[in-house]
Amino acid sequence: MHKRVIFQDKLLPYLLLAPQIAVTLIFFIWPAWAMIQQSVLREDAFGLTSNFVWFENFQRIFSDPGYLQSFEVTLIFSVSVALLGLSSALVLAVMADRVIRGATTYKTLLIWPYAVAPAVAGALWSFLFDPTVGEVSYVLHLLGVNWNFVLNGSQAMLLVVFAASWNQFSYNFIFFLAGLQSIPKSLIEAAAIDGAGPGRRFWTIIFPLLSPTGFFLLAVNVVYAFFGTFGVIDTVTRGGPAMATNILVYKVYSDSFRALDLGGSAAQSVVLMAIVIGLTVVQFRYVERRVHY
Amino acid sequence: MKFNPIAMTAAALALALAGAGAAQAQTEVQWWHAMGGQLGDKVNEIAGKFNASQKEFKVVPVFKGTYTETMTQAIAAFRAHQQPDIVQVFEVGTATMMAAKGAVYPVWKLMADTGEKFNPKAFIGPVYGYYSTTDGKLLSMPFNSSTPVFYWNKDAFQKAGLDPNKPPKTWPEVGEAAKKLVGSGMNCGFTVQWQTWVQLENFSAWHNLPIASEENGFAGLGAKLEFNGPLQVKHIQQIADWEKDKLFVYGGREGKPDSKFASGECGMYLASSGSAGGFAKAKINFGISMLPYWPEVKGAPQNSIIGGATLWVLAGKPKENYKGVAKFFTFLSSPEIQADWHQSTGYVPITTAAYELTKKQGFYEKFPGRDVAVLQLTNKPPTKNSKGLRLGNYVQIRDIEDQELEAIWAHKKTAKEGLDDIVKRGDVLLRQFQQDNK
Repeated sequence: MHKRVIFQDKLLPYLLLAPQIAVTLIFFIWPAWAMIQQSVLREDAFGLTSNFVWFENFQRIFSDPGYLQSFEVTLIFSVSVALLGLSSALVLAVMADRVIRGATTYKTLLIWPYAVAPAVAGALWSFLFDPTVGEVSYVLHLLGVNWNFVLNGSQAMLLVVFAASWNQFSYNFIFFLAGLQSIPKSLIEAAAIDGAGPGRRFWTIIFPLLSPTGFFLLAVNVVYAFFGTFGVIDTVTRGGPAMATNILVYKVYSDSFRALDLGGSAAQSVVLMAIVIGLTVVQFRYVERRVHY
Repeated sequence: MKFNPIAMTAAALALALAGAGAAQAQTEVQWWHAMGGQLGDKVNEIAGKFNASQKEFKVVPVFKGTYTETMTQAIAAFRAHQQPDIVQVFEVGTATMMAAKGAVYPVWKLMADTGEKFNPKAFIGPVYGYYSTTDGKLLSMPFNSSTPVFYWNKDAFQKAGLDPNKPPKTWPEVGEAAKKLVGSGMNCGFTVQWQTWVQLENFSAWHNLPIASEENGFAGLGAKLEFNGPLQVKHIQQIADWEKDKLFVYGGREGKPDSKFASGECGMYLASSGSAGGFAKAKINFGISMLPYWPEVKGAPQNSIIGGATLWVLAGKPKENYKGVAKFFTFLSSPEIQADWHQSTGYVPITTAAYELTKKQGFYEKFPGRDVAVLQLTNKPPTKNSKGLRLGNYVQIRDIEDQELEAIWAHKKTAKEGLDDIVKRGDVLLRQFQQDNK
């Protein structure tokens, strides 16, 4: 006979859920609500005067060419960070999975970058690539590259993309490695016996079976590129030169905490939240369909 | 022995209360500041000296991070009714602080209300003018002020066949010197620190040209940016042209280019007078002289303007505290304290008396060039173009200036296009500030 465990007490489930609900309310719903409120107000920095202005803040940010450029920059940045971070992690995970001797050492070393906070990662990269005193810049100058990322926007973008994806790389690596190890060896061996080469085995067996992991990582990486990279941008370029790396989340920060434009930056936050919610929905509806579990 | 937790807690509580009681006999004045490292030690030293000089008040300095962090935290604290008595705010935050009428306690009023003696004439003109109303009433207490000066590397000059004791005086001479430096194998003629402050604000004041209408914003919130005039366009275009031959090399925003001069990569540097101490430590053989100017401009050079920060008094504290603040301000502006602060940091003294005292002590003979900043500020009596600027949303406007200048240095825009765009984008923010603070 099928027996179900049922809690008789109607209150208990709610009680057990309460801590999670409290955390969500305090750390998500409440700030998000405050942000939405702020986005329809114009206030001076000290909060002495406050005017309700409907959607004026939104009108203002969308008529600012700097804000529209920030969208473009964010798109390029996020796609590059996610692609570079995922592809390099996948390649190295496949390699590390095949290594027989010293595998643990390789794996440990590859996981290290994740222990570095984004701001510290940014500081490291900006020291190495500093146009005046950086060691890598020295080599680049010797090779005849006119390396000056404080003036050249494309070089600045390249640098923050590398720094940000390097920082996130280990996280992707661990998940890919775990995914690879859960693929039954017998499947791969069977394919090998049938005469499939390493490339074929990868694309027809390993890659599809890794897709749930890949999908999960895609979602995480997009969110990371949108929000988690703040520390890298702040320490390396501060959005410059000439707005070349001014991603949306950095603009929200500099407009609110540096420029004290609370209404404008709240409006930008609302837009940013809408974008990330939209992206997540799209990923789950369309990308997930192609995933094999 | 057996522990009795209740008795022990009670004893600890009694001790804590006794301690609090002793502290409350003195009125505590909270001072939030942004002076890290060596400067922070100096701030603590000043507060310590004041606390030792009397018994009634105790000034407690608290380091809060960068200028922007300090200001943001003070504002957040004000909103939560936990504000400090004194907060250090950088010069571009002046308009924001001024507009917050209910939040600040103007210094002239504080001094009058507490009956503290106060003489506006004792201050150095451009230092006082930057932080006072159009009718000459002081709003915040000047503390650390600096002005940009011209640095040159004497060894590099020697090597390039230039007279190491004769710095260029005008911009064409700077161009010539840069050519020779690059010709001698250097990768960079000159670079500029805090470019918006030096190349736009100070450049305009130094040539007696307006930065914005309405007396650079002093006369009202309706000010419009005006530094896209013919001379500014010519100057910025000249620098951009020099960039092509490495006579000028862009080293980044704010203090980032410091390493280019300190490492000997660039032979000349336009930078804050407050940077001299750092270069002395870097073992660079350098000299300090006045900013270059364009010789065809009549009456140039005028006087340079300041940067740095002042101390604002926040409203809503008990009367007793303000008495302490007033006493502390008098102590802070005394010649001895100011002269010491000036000599150990490189910031300019805020009073003429402190400058005279430093001179009498023979400091400038020992460290030649350290008086250039004061001489530059007092070169001529300030005009309405050269007493400073007071523009709202200026932190954001400076970001725009940096962005557009970077586009000019990268030759994506001409000087005219870039400067016009600064004015166009900056004016939008000025109108917004005007509307928010009606």
